[in-house]
Amino acid sequence: MEQLKTIGRELAMGSQGGFGQSKEFLDLVKSIGESRSKAEEDRIVLSEIDILKRKLLEPDVPKRKMKEYIIRLVYIEMLGHDASFGYIHAVKMTHDDNLLLKRTGYLAVTLFLDEDHDLIILIVNTIQKDLRSDNYLVVCAALNAVCRLINEETIPAVLPQVVDLLNHGKEAVRKKAIMALHRFHRKSPSSVSHLVSNFRRKLCDSDPGVMGATLCPLFDLISEDVASYKDLVSSFVGILKQVTERKLPKSYDYHQMPAPFIQIKLLKIMALLSSGDKSASEMMYMVLGDLFRKCDSSTNIGNAILYECIRCISCIIPSPKLLEDAAEAISKFLKSDSHNLKYMGIDGLGRLIKISSDIAEQHQLAVIDCLEDPDDTLKRKTFELLYKMTKSSNVEVIVDRMIDYMISINDNHYKTEIASRCVELAEQFAPSNQWFIQIMNKVFEHAGDLVNIKVAHNLMRLIAEGFGEDDDDADNKLRLSAVESYLQIISEPKLPSLFLQVISWVLGEYGTADGKYSASYISGKLCDVADAYSSDETVKGYAVSALMKIYAFEIASGRKVDVLPECQSLIEELLASHSTDLQQRAYELQALLSLDARTVESILPLDASCEDIEVDKDLSFLNGYIQQAIESGAQPYVSERERSGGMFETTDYHSQDHHEVTSHALRFEAYELPKPSVPSQPSAALVPVPEPSYYSEPHQPISTSSSVSERESSEIKLRLDGVKQKWGRPSYQSSTSASSSTPPQAANGTSTHSDGGGVASSSSSKPRSSYESKKPEIDPEKQRLAASLFGGSSSSSRSDRKSSSGGHKPAKGTANKPLATVPKESPITVPDLLDFDEPTGTSDVAATDPFKELEGLMESSRQDGGGSTDVMGLYSTDASAPVKTTTSVDSLLSELSDSSRGTYHQSQTTKGPNSKEALEKDALVRQMGVNPTSQNPTLFKDLLG
Amino acid sequence: MYFQIHFVLLVSRQGKVRLTKWYSPYTQKERSKVIRELSGVILNRGPKLCNFIEWRGYKVVYKRYASLYFCMCIDEADNELEVLEIIHHYVEILDRYFGSVCELDLIFNFHKAYYILDELLIAGELQESSKKTVARIISAQDQLVEAAKEEASSISNIIAQATK
Repeated sequence: MEQLKTIGRELAMGSQGGFGQSKEFLDLVKSIGESRSKAEEDRIVLSEIDILKRKLLEPDVPKRKMKEYIIRLVYIEMLGHDASFGYIHAVKMTHDDNLLLKRTGYLAVTLFLDEDHDLIILIVNTIQKDLRSDNYLVVCAALNAVCRLINEETIPAVLPQVVDLLNHGKEAVRKKAIMALHRFHRKSPSSVSHLVSNFRRKLCDSDPGVMGATLCPLFDLISEDVASYKDLVSSFVGILKQVTERKLPKSYDYHQMPAPFIQIKLLKIMALLSSGDKSASEMMYMVLGDLFRKCDSSTNIGNAILYECIRCISCIIPSPKLLEDAAEAISKFLKSDSHNLKYMGIDGLGRLIKISSDIAEQHQLAVIDCLEDPDDTLKRKTFELLYKMTKSSNVEVIVDRMIDYMISINDNHYKTEIASRCVELAEQFAPSNQWFIQIMNKVFEHAGDLVNIKVAHNLMRLIAEGFGEDDDDADNKLRLSAVESYLQIISEPKLPSLFLQVISWVLGEYGTADGKYSASYISGKLCDVADAYSSDETVKGYAVSALMKIYAFEIASGRKVDVLPECQSLIEELLASHSTDLQQRAYELQALLSLDARTVESILPLDASCEDIEVDKDLSFLNGYIQQAIESGAQPYVSERERSGGMFETTDYHSQDHHEVTSHALRFEAYELPKPSVPSQPSAALVPVPEPSYYSEPHQPISTSSSVSERESSEIKLRLDGVKQKWGRPSYQSSTSASSSTPPQAANGTSTHSDGGGVASSSSSKPRSSYESKKPEIDPEKQRLAASLFGGSSSSSRSDRKSSSGGHKPAKGTANKPLATVPKESPITVPDLLDFDEPTGTSDVAATDPFKELEGLMESSRQDGGGSTDVMGLYSTDASAPVKTTTSVDSLLSELSDSSRGTYHQSQTTKGPNSKEALEKDALVRQMGVNPTSQNPTLFKDLLG
Repeated sequence: MYFQIHFVLLVSRQGKVRLTKWYSPYTQKERSKVIRELSGVILNRGPKLCNFIEWRGYKVVYKRYASLYFCMCIDEADNELEVLEIIHHYVEILDRYFGSVCELDLIFNFHKAYYILDELLIAGELQESSKKTVARIISAQDQLVEAAKEEASSISNIIAQATK
């Protein structure tokens, strides 16, 4: 009896309270809501986890109770804690016959598990069963889970059923089935490749929602293979035309725009299909032109479509008229007060600039305003635009700006990006070597270790190879200026490791080359570096190798070498280093100091970092030595492969392994009856056999010393290149070590950095006088910036304009013909493709649908508010103002009435049931003890005004 | 892999998480980090700035409604204004469903907010753009709930009477 009582209470509890959960759960949510710190929240959650762990283990937990536990688990996981102890219960709940419980189970597993989780296998069977259910809601719930949980291995288990569901009577099911197939296509294109035609067919589904969903997979398919979908261009154009002409049911309207999300998707697809295709592009001219005219640029969604049109135009081959339209839309965006629209404008500019380079000029001031805007997002977008429009004439201004910005930010991700952009621009457009080295120094100094190591190697290579011209004098000047700038920087504290590596290498190679600096001065600096950054082994390694080169050059030139005392102590310290690499370098340095000039010169010749080093992989120079050893009775070498039992078993083992892999897949049909077992492979075959990579390793260290790619990744690998080779002749060994400190190998190609200088002087910036006379009131500072950014292009772009207008003329001529044919074509092709009859039932439904009325209210009030997009924002911004909950709805409405007095009365009547609802809600909440006047009154505030 | 939306995040002005939905794979640890990072940036942004932020090579579009921030993470090359409207679309549907939705509704009914989101987005793509269609399927589901509840309360009455 007692037990029955509790069940009764639990059942009653379930139905009590407007939120449908037990007191316990509401208390949990409440206490989390009132916790004042993350630590307090964590403590509450941890104790909740304990409670749930205990309760879930109790025998015979009633199902309703279990459902709540699962929702509590979801809550815990949402707050960032691990609820994996309860996953299995959520999985079990999906097996339940009651849809309510099943749905909860599915919700929980889709939130808890991802497709690689071990528990998925327990759900597949249930999903299979549910996909066959008569109740479409069960099927929908299962399809939701399919989209989230089915992985490549389990696709075959559900695929046939999902395909059947494409023809289900309910459009909601068809739509989800499409999305599931789409998902399969992404996971494993081969599994559904034979079903692709279904997507085409579903494009003609009678339900616009299904058609809209079909656009998602088609977008993917088309982006993979444009050519085989070219025939759909006219269909898409037709659909878009119908949508813009409001042929879709009213319920797809959004803020008075007909089905805008479908329009945007169509535009994205058409941009793919018509990219670089003149005839396809021409088919779109008319509908795009219509869109520019029809889109309401006072609503956000209208602007979203306009922006998508701009993107589309930047992909296709546009007509001059469309380009004009797009430019006009962009200038509207840029002139807007909204930061969002400015951002879109800058983005659009960046896209169109590829097609017509003069478009940015009209907007130069807007661009500079955005560049100086306090909003980081906008600023970054503007830098992206500048990056796209950099030429040799404005590279200095742009890169300087970028570097200033780079220094000012902390976001490492973006710092890396902007640093690499600076480097790229500097490499491409550098007006002079001096400038280039300065820029690189700044980048290294401030973005330091964020820079890709390749950049450092490129810089070293550039300094070593010079600019490719046979002008040794210029190269020497470049090196000298590099050395000078490094000697200035080197004593600054806390330089990034990568930069120090470059500095050390350059000082080692060229520090004394010019004779301006003495060996002891340079070596002193290098010792300082090794000393100051004693925890950085790479830097130390570079420094020691540099020292070795300095001394080698000294010895080779016949001068007497005085090893500085600090250098001596450094060597001694490194001789006992834990790092074998450093130890190796130190020993080499010590050995080198005792050699005579001739040997040293052949080990480390002056300025030879670009020379190729021939590597004899077969070690043939040792043949004589081996011959001699064998003659004197040594055993010949047996390779490891031969030693461990011969090739036969090796291949056998591997083929068996391979076989296992291919047959390893999940099976969902019943297993056949076990057969008498076949005697297994002889155990000898399973004896561990060395993997192929292993026995080829002895060759490896030698080949690394010459391969550039190996060196780039040498940070993570063993550094074998500097290590003394066991069997190498002394000369060979030391040449390896020389190259170990010579990062990028000269890939005997000429440098690509030779452009720049000459071009820069010829097209150096000319301030635009015509522009200045037009707008006299503008800040001269900005004008100067504008001139330096855009001015340079004026001379070149004028010629561009000439050529581009010439190029467009034939386009105009041909453009007219298709314009005339398109309207003729579309009525023929379109109706049988898509037939969106206006459902006659909708108006009846709408009359009884309270939601419909609410929507009408929302829309009308927005309209009356002057059509501004900010009506919503208006209310959301003053969220801090405490709103008494009992009157929250009314007060909001009275606010609303300020902007739309006319609709106030109407809105009160239509909102009647809602405000009653809100009051009820409020009363309920108070019952539960959540006090609106306590810490967070805004909890009660309507999200929508 | 290409997703239109990588995740959806609802955070209150105090930085409390109200709803999270992850369409791209993230570990629990990454999730906490993402939430911490993003709420740090977004909650501190001024009211007049862009509703977008560039973040780790992605773009996060957010919008504030009363005390609640709705955030969606998308690819860098996607249409931000569209996503802003998807957020608004979702809020409007919530508003219809709850009747003048407020943050408290979402706090106590987060699972319902999930059900609604599942009808709107699937695998990170917009699956339905008609408010009415979403409302219809959600109410069909709720009717089942109501039926189950009635059943439950009648049973509880029987039990209550039996135990008197």
